Amino acid sequence: MYVHDAFDRRLITERVEEFRDQVRRRLSGELTEDEFKLLRLLNGVYLQLHAYMLRIGIPYGTLSSAQLRMLAHVARRYDRGYGHFTTRQNIQFHWIKLENLPDAMAELARVGLHGIQTSGNSVRNVTTDQWAGVAPDEIEDPRVWAEVVRQHVTLHPEFTFMPRKFKIAVGTATHDRAALRIHDLALRLHRNEAGDAGFEVMVGGGLGRTPFLAKTIKKFLPKHDVLSYVEAVLRTYNQFGRRDNAWKARIKILVHELGAEAFAREVEQEWLSIKDGALALDDAALAEIAARFRYPAYERLADDPLELKKALATDRRFDTWRRNAVARHRMPGYAIVTLSLKAEGETPGDATAAQMDAIADLADRYSAGEIRVGHEQNLVLPHVRQQDLHALWRALDAAGLATPNVGLVSDIIACPGLDYCSLANARSIPIAQDLTRRFRDGDLARGLNRLHINISGCINACGHHHVGHIGILGVEKNGEEYYQVTIGGRADEEAALGKLIGPAVPYGEVANVVEDIVAAYVELRERPGEIFIDTLKRVGIEPFKERVHAAH
Amino acid sequence: MTSPLHQKIKVAGPVVVTANRLTDGAVIYRTTNGQWTTELPGAEVVTTSDAAMALLTAARADLVRVVDAYVAPVVLADGSPRPGNLRERIRAAGPTIDLPASAATSDVHVCA
Repeated sequence: MYVHDAFDRRLITERVEEFRDQVRRRLSGELTEDEFKLLRLLNGVYLQLHAYMLRIGIPYGTLSSAQLRMLAHVARRYDRGYGHFTTRQNIQFHWIKLENLPDAMAELARVGLHGIQTSGNSVRNVTTDQWAGVAPDEIEDPRVWAEVVRQHVTLHPEFTFMPRKFKIAVGTATHDRAALRIHDLALRLHRNEAGDAGFEVMVGGGLGRTPFLAKTIKKFLPKHDVLSYVEAVLRTYNQFGRRDNAWKARIKILVHELGAEAFAREVEQEWLSIKDGALALDDAALAEIAARFRYPAYERLADDPLELKKALATDRRFDTWRRNAVARHRMPGYAIVTLSLKAEGETPGDATAAQMDAIADLADRYSAGEIRVGHEQNLVLPHVRQQDLHALWRALDAAGLATPNVGLVSDIIACPGLDYCSLANARSIPIAQDLTRRFRDGDLARGLNRLHINISGCINACGHHHVGHIGILGVEKNGEEYYQVTIGGRADEEAALGKLIGPAVPYGEVANVVEDIVAAYVELRERPGEIFIDTLKRVGIEPFKERVHAAH
Repeated sequence: MTSPLHQKIKVAGPVVVTANRLTDGAVIYRTTNGQWTTELPGAEVVTTSDAAMALLTAARADLVRVVDAYVAPVVLADGSPRPGNLRERIRAAGPTIDLPASAATSDVHVCA
């Protein structure tokens, strides 16, 4: 858990009071909408189809139970009793009133939460692995590096009005759980042949209308140089990125048009001029930041305690959930628990105030008061003693938070789509809900192994459809909702963009097409354990296309 | 470049002017007497480009009460306007999905 200091608190509080005055001036007519829009976007306030939306960043996906309770309180008091966790470790409230925003923000500020740089052409929330600090396969806690970057870019005047928004992700584990290659800038910590840890720097990833995977421009950057190198990337983008056309303004276009090598040369030139200056990190500064991340006082425990074995042997539903939602922790005797926000028929990523309160209570009781938010729109309890798993499961089950579908076909990523979003062309949520009903049979879903479906309601791709094993993109054709379906995308360490499987299909056909793709996979896989994406890699897209074409 | 005030609006059928209310973002429609209503049947319906432009210009002059005014298509049923496309249907009626379970009981906002 990160500990905020007086500087952090003052910065957020002052911004709230500044925004309160801006809202007052807008409501009185002193500010026009054109003037105010820029100001509200600096604070994460959007206007959507039916209401204002407040987006709150959750840096590196880490929440305290007090913060989650405050989110529940804001949901109840200022919104409609729920919030929506997004694909970028943010939460959104979709029904908040302009006149209530300053009060809501002031309450959020009391626990260190805010919407600064969750919109506009700024450096957005720096994201990372939701298992940060507890994953057995990581080199070190990535949140320290995410925090180093976050502190530097927060309200940095040089990077407040860039050509477009800028998304940074940090990963330090063998497995990429942070979707690194779809970010504008990604930092992946790894070890070189000498055993030293340094960053692979990737730039120019992004989805949207023109999807690209990030390209490596530096294979090994010493850790202490990370801040100067990030600054050099941002400066290069700020200088050369296009400002004449919003569709061509992201860094991915610049890297593509300039070429990764030429872009890297520009960055290198800038970096060499600043690397030994004020941004060179020293051990004391790093230690000071690392010390703000506090871990629980772990007990000396052994894996697979007797009470867990007994419960698993006697309670089949618990065993099913444990196999699906519980992962190994770096500390013996502990576990990482994922809470699915994808119950049958529900909206992916939505949590009610009552659920948030329940999770906060369970985090206090079983997870050292800490909760994580992942880009798949699920929550995580990161420090659970294995001996407590059965009791935790019973409580989660009672709260409707023990759906054992993590990583399965019904664990769908979906943006809010046309039900909320003013940019959308088609709905996402009802498609996701329909699919969770189609694949409600848990045994069937588990038999399909890991299978990611991602849905976006427009080409902006907030639902990451390009990197879904099965991707669904809503488009508008002659006033009707149609959906393009892609297969073969993935957001992990073997990141890839999906390929179209055929012409777009109408709303009512989407779930049928997905069922056909899944049926083709079951027929084509070599053995029950071969996952969808591996079958597709082995046989190619054609057999899947044939199956879908034959049926539609 | 033509000023927005002098741009033509293509009108192929009945239209209304809609916007979001400044205070809470609610969907509102311009009425015949220059006011705003949250009920589409109360909206002024026009059928020509010039009339739509005049309605929109007047609406946009209302800088304090509304945001993002624009011309939206409607269809007339028994003389009463109904939303002309899916986006407008969702704007008029709200999300097509059930809101999460506790939402119904939490509709107690701090301001009336």
